[in-house]
Amino acid sequence: MKIIEAEDLKKNYNGLTAVEGVNFHIKQGEIFGFLGPNGAGKTTTINMLTGLSKITSGTVKLLGEDYSRNVKKAQAMMGIVPDESNLYEELDGWENLCFCGALYGMDKNLREERASQLLHEFGLEEAARKPFKAYSKGMKRKLTIAAGIIHQPQILFLDEPTTGIDVAFARQIRNLIVDLHNKGTTIFLTTHYIEEAERLCERLAFIVQGKIVREGTVEELMQETQGENIVNFTLGGDFSEIDEDFRSYFPAYDIKMGRDNVVSIHSQSTFTLLPLVRFFEERDLPVYEAKIIRPSLEEVFVKVTGIELQKMQNQRGDR
Amino acid sequence: MKTWIAFANILIKDMRSYYLKPPNISWGLIFPVAWTLMFFLRSPVPVDVRDLLPGVIALSILFGTTSMLAVTITFERKSRSFERLLLAPISLNLLMLSKTSGAILFGVINAFIPIIFASFMTGLSGIRWPMVLGSVILIAITSTFMGLFIAVSVSQVFEAQTFSNFFRFPMLFLCGLFIPLTDLPVFLLPVSYVLPLTYGVDILKTAINDNGLISVPLSFLSLAAFSVLLFAYSIYNVNRKWIH
Repeated sequence: MKIIEAEDLKKNYNGLTAVEGVNFHIKQGEIFGFLGPNGAGKTTTINMLTGLSKITSGTVKLLGEDYSRNVKKAQAMMGIVPDESNLYEELDGWENLCFCGALYGMDKNLREERASQLLHEFGLEEAARKPFKAYSKGMKRKLTIAAGIIHQPQILFLDEPTTGIDVAFARQIRNLIVDLHNKGTTIFLTTHYIEEAERLCERLAFIVQGKIVREGTVEELMQETQGENIVNFTLGGDFSEIDEDFRSYFPAYDIKMGRDNVVSIHSQSTFTLLPLVRFFEERDLPVYEAKIIRPSLEEVFVKVTGIELQKMQNQRGDR
Repeated sequence: MKTWIAFANILIKDMRSYYLKPPNISWGLIFPVAWTLMFFLRSPVPVDVRDLLPGVIALSILFGTTSMLAVTITFERKSRSFERLLLAPISLNLLMLSKTSGAILFGVINAFIPIIFASFMTGLSGIRWPMVLGSVILIAITSTFMGLFIAVSVSQVFEAQTFSNFFRFPMLFLCGLFIPLTDLPVFLLPVSYVLPLTYGVDILKTAINDNGLISVPLSFLSLAAFSVLLFAYSIYNVNRKWIH
């Protein structure tokens, strides 16, 4: 069953197109990932879906009902966790959660009970009475997620939930997302971490420059690289000196240079490693390691969008 | 959905977080006292506290409400916590009413501080209290909505302060608070009559000293009209500027 349907959704800002006619749907109970570089239109799409931004054209439906013109009714069923924690600095964790529950019309007893339950589940019990401004970045993010689900929404929008926080907290947050999913919450997740999307999402859409360029399950998307073979060589010297020579010897192979003398060789046919190893050794480049790589979603993303992962993550100064 | 729960909690949070903080309470006390003392000290002839009272009441409300609301909303927008309110399933009108109710209440409380001080210094017999209360409430509403109008016109906290003063300081001299409208140059009178505070102060003058110039029903009507216009224009601007 489709919980959210976006049809030909467009957004223009002062004559500039931020989102250009995107179409997608989210099924009830799934984690749907929206993957793209900074400025691709991920947050703009979330803002249109949640009513924080007006839709230039197109429709959005919640459980089959168009809410483009009556977003308030739909907002009651949504939980929204923005890319930056936006709770009240002067309130403590407990007060923030209770206040957020009140915004959704929850009775005092119910919101206090839920706040206690969430603080326990999210491991924030000890910080419950500390002001929000005293929380670490990871704790702030956890409390912001808790605030997004206090009213038990049917769909949770998570905008870059692990961006800018340390590895341990990012891991905890990913586990929380999996727990929420296991409890039946539908999740719309935007991220620019491909491995995070691959690990968490059942279906994904790649968005680049306001357009969805691919959509499907992880398995469907992986078919893009079916038949492709990759081997990474760690060499004892600089490959660039023999680059031209290599290309003339092995014209069928595609070469990508990595860091620390790692060369990634892509081929549509199965590799025979011995001629490659012999080629390097004859040119005084010892082979320290040869590793066959299973194509990942990262290869699919790079192939489809032409955007290098490193470049995408550097845009936000990530971990 | 029980929207009144959201309304009440926004109001309570704002009162606790902003309006009932010691610096604001002291602002509410110091400002009227300072103005009253200034007239006592500067005036070559004895000053009747009762004559000053309408102006000081209006001033306390104006300064207590406009900048507080403008600053708090601009601050919440900067920290993005205001987005949380925009994403809540309550109508924009109700949301803005809950955000402004705290400032209105604060303004009404501020108005009674000079009245309490005055009660120690002069007799308050013969004052038409229902009329005072009505005008205090309407001045608080129009001043708050003026703060809302300022909040939706600026993006930085310091701009909110500057823009508030741009409106408030001319109003001190143009609305008959301390300089009677009859003493103003004729060319300034049209400006006085398009400022809502003129009507509020005039009602207070009638209620306290029976020396107002404008008919009381007309003043009430004007204040109500200013309130509706300022609120409607602010909502229009919120829709246009904040929900892009």
